[in-house]
Amino acid sequence: MNYWNRRFTVFSIFFAALFIVGFFQSWNVAFAIFNICIISAIMALGVNIQVGYAGIFNAGIMGFAAIGGLAAVLISHPPVTETISIGGFSILLCGLIIGLVVTICILLNTRILLSKITRRLLISLTIIIGLFFINFIGSPAVEQIESFEPAATGFLGGFGMPIIFSWIIGAIAAGFVAWLIGKITLGLRSDYLAIATLGIAETIIYVLKNEDWLTRGVKNVNALPRPVPYELSLQESKWFIEFCERYQFPLVETSSIIVKLCYSSLFLTVLIVLFSLFEIALKSPWGRMMRAIRDNEVSARAMGKNIKARHIEIFILGSAVVGLAGAMLTTLEGQFTPIAYQPLRFTFTVWVMVIIGGTGNNYGSIIGGFLVWFLWVEAEPLGLFIVEFVTSPLNETNSLRVHLINNAAHMRYIMMGLLLLLVLRFSPKGIFPEGK
Amino acid sequence: MDYFNALALIINFIVIPGLTYGSQLALGALGVTLIYAVLRFSNFAHGELMSFGTMICILFTWLGQSYGFSFSFLPTALLFVPIAVIFCVLYCIVIEKFVFSFYRKQKADPIITLIASIGVMFLTAGLIRFIIGPGDQSFNDGVRFIFSVRDFKNFTGLEQGFGLKTTQALTIGITLFLSISLFWFLNSTKTGKSMRAFSDNEELALLSGIDPNKVVLVTWIIAGSLATFAGVLYGLDKIYKPFIFLQMLLPIFSAAILGGVGNPIGAFIGGYIIALSELIVTFAYKRVLGYILPENLAPDSMMQFLATDYKYAVSFIILVIVLIIKPTGIFSGKTI
Repeated sequence: MNYWNRRFTVFSIFFAALFIVGFFQSWNVAFAIFNICIISAIMALGVNIQVGYAGIFNAGIMGFAAIGGLAAVLISHPPVTETISIGGFSILLCGLIIGLVVTICILLNTRILLSKITRRLLISLTIIIGLFFINFIGSPAVEQIESFEPAATGFLGGFGMPIIFSWIIGAIAAGFVAWLIGKITLGLRSDYLAIATLGIAETIIYVLKNEDWLTRGVKNVNALPRPVPYELSLQESKWFIEFCERYQFPLVETSSIIVKLCYSSLFLTVLIVLFSLFEIALKSPWGRMMRAIRDNEVSARAMGKNIKARHIEIFILGSAVVGLAGAMLTTLEGQFTPIAYQPLRFTFTVWVMVIIGGTGNNYGSIIGGFLVWFLWVEAEPLGLFIVEFVTSPLNETNSLRVHLINNAAHMRYIMMGLLLLLVLRFSPKGIFPEGK
Repeated sequence: MDYFNALALIINFIVIPGLTYGSQLALGALGVTLIYAVLRFSNFAHGELMSFGTMICILFTWLGQSYGFSFSFLPTALLFVPIAVIFCVLYCIVIEKFVFSFYRKQKADPIITLIASIGVMFLTAGLIRFIIGPGDQSFNDGVRFIFSVRDFKNFTGLEQGFGLKTTQALTIGITLFLSISLFWFLNSTKTGKSMRAFSDNEELALLSGIDPNKVVLVTWIIAGSLATFAGVLYGLDKIYKPFIFLQMLLPIFSAAILGGVGNPIGAFIGGYIIALSELIVTFAYKRVLGYILPENLAPDSMMQFLATDYKYAVSFIILVIVLIIKPTGIFSGKTI
């Protein structure tokens, strides 16, 4: 097993780089980077089973991550009783109407007795009538909810449950959306899936930005409860003060490192569990079947495999993992900011992670997630350094130099693009090729 | 009951903006569809190409303005579009040489080429933000209106009216000119015919002596020029924002798929359908109905199907409907 040497070396390089950051910048920064590295690795694992096991191109990672984030808000935020008493009933009624419309549409679609055109007409009619009722009942309620103390609440709040539950709920919700979109697009060509998922992701973000009664929109939801202790309560507790005094640690910095370590251990548990499950799945008959479908659809179909159903299955699974990671990210940040969801930051960066790590290899996804996120964060100081070095002959106040230094942070996009293009061209199998 | 006022409102808020925005989408979708037809991949970098061309045009406009250039009542930027086109086409050719030609010669899976185009997108987005910065740039210095709403009202004596912005007229006119030239080029010239043949059946085209490198080169020249025009016209009409071009990918691809990927006429018409439906669905019909209906029936609410913020979602809904009902698009088939 000489693959282990390679794995060991690459992971050591990463941890050495992290150590350098901890030593020279600060340990706080190093652990903050590491936490998001773990989340990125989980997202990359989810995308990897879609593209690596089954060859499905999902361009809507951002949307599924945002659904996870929404789940974190809805599960953990305490309910806002006033707004619920104002408009909760109407919103519930609207939800019931949506459920009814969806059920009727599914029923109509499965009825074979009616002709195709009649079915489509009836479905359109149901949707239009449903929309009319939702508009009629919902709009006044939404207006009332949003105008209730808009600076503080102005939304319905959540269920006030521990935020950890949202990881599961987020995964389920993302999986449900993946099922809907997969049903429509998975039978078609692979580019259509890419464009449709790009669309669903954008649409989800528009909904999150504009439906203030649900998410407070661009006003953000702050101060979500945490699954780990707060820095301040640590700094006030007696055992912690004694602990810091005994080892001569600075109190404030140590407390925030401890909090980050708690997060790391939670996230690492999830990562290890998912990784083990995926490795087992990869080596099971199910994994072999998936690879057979990916490598030769025609023969797999000839062997009696239902390709579309298998594709939907794996699309749901991968998207649910991304939803889980999205909920974890919101948990870590403690706030939900819809404008933070940018396709370049989420969707396409995760793609770079998977490609660089090596598609079809779970070790590859993890190291890809680690390395790419590390570069994404460190690109800013690195870019600044390069720009300052290149422009050093110029005057301090030279407008070109000032302009370039101001825009140095955007070096990270150039770096990501170059990295992706170079790996794809010269080492298309990535750091850890499939099966190695 | 006042049909003329209602009509004027609809023309001012739906027809003219819809045709303008539709023209911009049509130019973008034509580029996407041509690249799909000849090079056989979905180019996710197309939005950034539009942005790149516009950025070059803005930089030259600033340079020209500092030397005192102007184009009387038209925006100065129009003078510099040809230079921007040259730069954008050169950029496309460099990308083709260093990135896409490798995958084309390997006959790689279209998805691999698509991922490579994402790399190009990242690179271009980074370059743009590095050179011009992520902020908004307004560079329209021409006369704003050909005739304004007030002129129209004074002229006709109606309560409501419609105006025509210079940029709107320019957008529609230039788009029509470019599209007609493109269709003429594809149908009547030898190079255009060889492009269609290459798109239809690559092997057969090679067998009859068509030079693939020339076809690919011409495709990139056309795609780069269309992208620059689309971006500049969009920037003149609204404002230049580097991040908006990633969002515009969705309506552009929806337009291309709606018309049938690989079919230029489809892409052209698809652009207008997407733009008009976006406006029809997000327009508030309160005032229009107030004119048409008898007074006691006039509505109190806004009479809007969807909030304006959901503009881009409309193109997604259309995309989904097309994919369910007719995945090959209106003008089915992948020929140019």
